[in-house]
Amino acid sequence: MQLRVAGRFASTTIAGGAFEMWLQGQRVTSVLVVFCAVLAPAAYLLLMLTILLAARRSPMPQWTGELVRWLTHLQVWSMLEVVMLGILVALTKIAELATVDPGIGMYAFGAVVMLIPAVMVNFDAREIWLRVRWTEGG
Amino acid sequence: MSSRVMTAARAGFVSCETCHLLSRPANRLEPGFCPRCGEKLEIRRPASIETTWALVAAAAICYIPANVLPVLNTTTPAGSEGDTIMGGVVYLYTSGSWPLALMVLIASVMIPLGKLVSLAYLLISVQRGSIKSSRERTRLYRMVVFIGRWSMLDVFVDTFTVAMVQLQPLMSVAPGPGVVFFAAVVVLTMLAAESFDPRLIWDSTKTDELALG
Repeated sequence: MQLRVAGRFASTTIAGGAFEMWLQGQRVTSVLVVFCAVLAPAAYLLLMLTILLAARRSPMPQWTGELVRWLTHLQVWSMLEVVMLGILVALTKIAELATVDPGIGMYAFGAVVMLIPAVMVNFDAREIWLRVRWTEGG
Repeated sequence: MSSRVMTAARAGFVSCETCHLLSRPANRLEPGFCPRCGEKLEIRRPASIETTWALVAAAAICYIPANVLPVLNTTTPAGSEGDTIMGGVVYLYTSGSWPLALMVLIASVMIPLGKLVSLAYLLISVQRGSIKSSRERTRLYRMVVFIGRWSMLDVFVDTFTVAMVQLQPLMSVAPGPGVVFFAAVVVLTMLAAESFDPRLIWDSTKTDELALG
C-alpha cells in the first residue's frame, strides 16, 4: 500500500506495520500482530497443504492425525479476515488526509482473505479422521 | 421440564475434544490419549472453572486501562493529542462513515464487554448447578468462541495507522499505552473461552436423577 500526502510518499506492508509497532516500543503488540496476521495463517496453509497431500496417499501416513489436531488449535489464532477489516478501517481514517493507492500486495491479500474461508468450509476433518489408523489399546 | 440427562461421562465414556471420537477409557481417572488423533483425553478439563475465572478477572482489570488510556498519539506541528478507542469511534462517526464507526464500536467495545459478561454468567450458572436453559447456554458459549477473534480489529487498525502515517514532520502517529491493555483483554478472553469446558453445563442435573437414569 502506498500513501501520498502533499508530495510525500509512504508505503507499508503487513510485516512493516508490525515492525513500526516494534520500533515505537510496543513490542508485545507487535509480536501478537505478526503471529495472528502472518505466522498463524502461513502455518495454517502449510499444514493444510501437507494434510491434503498426505490424504492422497494410501495408506495415509500415521502422523496426519497429529497435524489435523494442530490445525484445529491453530485456526482460532489465524485472523486474516479481521486484519482485512482492520486495514479497511485504518484506510478510511487516513483517506481524509491522503491519497491511498492499493499495491499488488493489497489485491493478493484480498484473494487470500476470500480463499482461506473457502478452504475452511470445504475441508471436512471427519473425512481425514475416517482414514486415520487408530493406535493400539488407547 | 424434568431433565434426566444421560451424558457420556455418566455412561463411562469420554469424548475427544479435537476429533470428537467417543471412547471408553480403561481407567476413568487417567483416560490417557485419544486412540485416533492422539489428543490428551479429559473427562472434563481440569480446574476449568478456576482457570476461566482467573482469566476473566484479569481481562476485566485490563479492560479499564484499555478504554481510558489513549491507543494512538497523533503528533502534528500544531501539537500532540491522544486518541482512545471511543475517540476513534467518534472520529469515524463524525467523518461520515457511520457503518465503520458502528463496526468498530461493536468489535472493540461491545464484544469484549459482552464476552466478559457472558463468561461470568456461564461460570456462575455452572457453579450454582443451574439446570435451566442448558441448550441456550451452550449456544451462548459457542457464540463467545466464534466471535472472540473479531475484537482484535482495533489492534490491527492501530498497527496500520501507525505504519502508514509516518510523514514527519507533517504528521506522525505513535501507538499509545492503551493498545497493549486492549490486546491483553482480547487474548485473555480468548484463552478464558478456551479453558471453559462447555460439557460442565450439562453436568448439573442432580445426582439422584443420575441414579434413576
